[in-house]
Amino acid sequence: MIEVMSSLLIVSGLGFYLAGSIGLLRLPDLYSRLHALTKADNLGLGLLTAGLGLYTQDLLIALKLVLIWLAVLAASAASAHLIAQHARRRETQS
Amino acid sequence: MSELLAVSALALILSLFLGLLRVVRGPGAGDRMLAMQLIGTTGVGLLLLLSLLLDQTALIDVALILALLAAVAAAAFTGEELETGDD
Amino acid sequence: MTTSAMLILDILMVLSLLSLAAAALATSDARRSVILFMAFGLVLALAWARLQAPDVALAEAAIGAGLSGALLLAAVGDQPRRALTGDTKPVHHHDHSNLKLMLEWTVTLLCIAVAGALAWALAQAFERAPQATLAQAVSENLATSGVSNPVTAVLLNFRAYDTLLELAVLLTAVLGIFALGPARPGYRTAGPVFGGLVRWLVPVLILAAAYLLWVGAHAPGGAFQAGATLAAAGVVLRLAGQRTVGLPQGPTLHLVIAAGVGTFLLVGLSLLVLGRPFLGYPPAWAGGLILLIETAAMLAIAATLVLAFLGGRPQPPRVNVTGGKPPAALISTLRPRSREGLSGADVPGAESHKHFSEENRQC
Repeated sequence: MIEVMSSLLIVSGLGFYLAGSIGLLRLPDLYSRLHALTKADNLGLGLLTAGLGLYTQDLLIALKLVLIWLAVLAASAASAHLIAQHARRRETQS
Repeated sequence: MSELLAVSALALILSLFLGLLRVVRGPGAGDRMLAMQLIGTTGVGLLLLLSLLLDQTALIDVALILALLAAVAAAAFTGEELETGDD
Repeated sequence: MTTSAMLILDILMVLSLLSLAAAALATSDARRSVILFMAFGLVLALAWARLQAPDVALAEAAIGAGLSGALLLAAVGDQPRRALTGDTKPVHHHDHSNLKLMLEWTVTLLCIAVAGALAWALAQAFERAPQATLAQAVSENLATSGVSNPVTAVLLNFRAYDTLLELAVLLTAVLGIFALGPARPGYRTAGPVFGGLVRWLVPVLILAAAYLLWVGAHAPGGAFQAGATLAAAGVVLRLAGQRTVGLPQGPTLHLVIAAGVGTFLLVGLSLLVLGRPFLGYPPAWAGGLILLIETAAMLAIAATLVLAFLGGRPQPPRVNVTGGKPPAALISTLRPRSREGLSGADVPGAESHKHFSEENRQC
């Protein structure tokens, strides 16, 4: 039962990762690509960690996984903003 | 279950490779910066899968360090230098 | 199913590494190739993890991706900008003197020779039957080494001389950095988003460094990884415009840097005085001595890497703005090179800004 649940979570996480990469390839400009990458990949990671945490059934490891996900969330939100700001600044300068 | 993990790891490296196509080819100048974001999140997912697949819990620590350092890398090339030393 | 999936995974990983390396070398813009090199370092960390070498993966993620990338970017930033042409074809130089051409060809041939020698050595290693003598020797003596992580045991106990000399090399590097003169000018103060990131990232990095130092005794980790993570915290502080970046001032800084090699030497010499061989830890004390040496080494390594990023001797804060500086530099002192462009005070200076900003950060 737990295996089925965690498999479902992992597979749906993968789907979001792939969607993010496809968006990276197909979307027209830097800003939309940033959106695709940050949002989709973070959600994919969240689902992946949920599935893996459920699978290991070890509370300590599951907490570590959640911590990693939160760190990635906060870090990539700030990084995406910095990258977009930098690109915007360069556009308006040149 | 380990088969699912292995196939998932394969799917992640595939998505990483697809993303790298954009990073390497990317017509715009800023697209290369996306590499940090891409490899950061995809790499963390891949490391977590590998840690269960290869039975190495230390890889979870590597995933944490990778996530943090990818943020440092993104900060490094968006930092703006001052012209002189008065800051 | 699993093995074939892993095989395809390995192939894709190798392809990613090769294409990133080729792209980094093929481009003519220095900044672009540095970024691709950083990406290469990150994927290389993944490769180390796949090869079940977590210690190396930790070090690669911390040093190869984050720190050396930041170092290279700071160094490249000093170079004059090239106009961005939008393509990545290599630049063909037609006006080389013969000497430079000969030099390039010599270096190329030497690199090919070294690569050939390495390939031959690898083939030799594969031909022999696998001999686990080193791993066997380490695992047999692990109990007396004071730690249970074989990598740490080798680095800090069985091959302690090597680590001692590596730390001495780092010390020499710091002397070279100090000889460069004052540190590079800093960075502008972080905006709200970056500031928010720094506010949680730096404490977490410091905590992660302490964790890696402690866990290195029984799991992958250790002084080098911890030192690199700590240095990343210092680099982030510097990027946010912080002046002192957590480094101690003056003589204390010299003490911290020297303490890496110094603690090692002190421990070794005390053991000599007590009648044991140099760096031959008594098994009962080995764990504690190793932790002591690793702590000092972590601080020294972190200080060295941050100093490398600073690019010179750190300067104490200056009191007055004017005082003998040319007017051009004075004007740009009042206005950083690039800014968010939000405040109205920037508008009158827009022309002087465009005049003085010769940088086009293309990547």
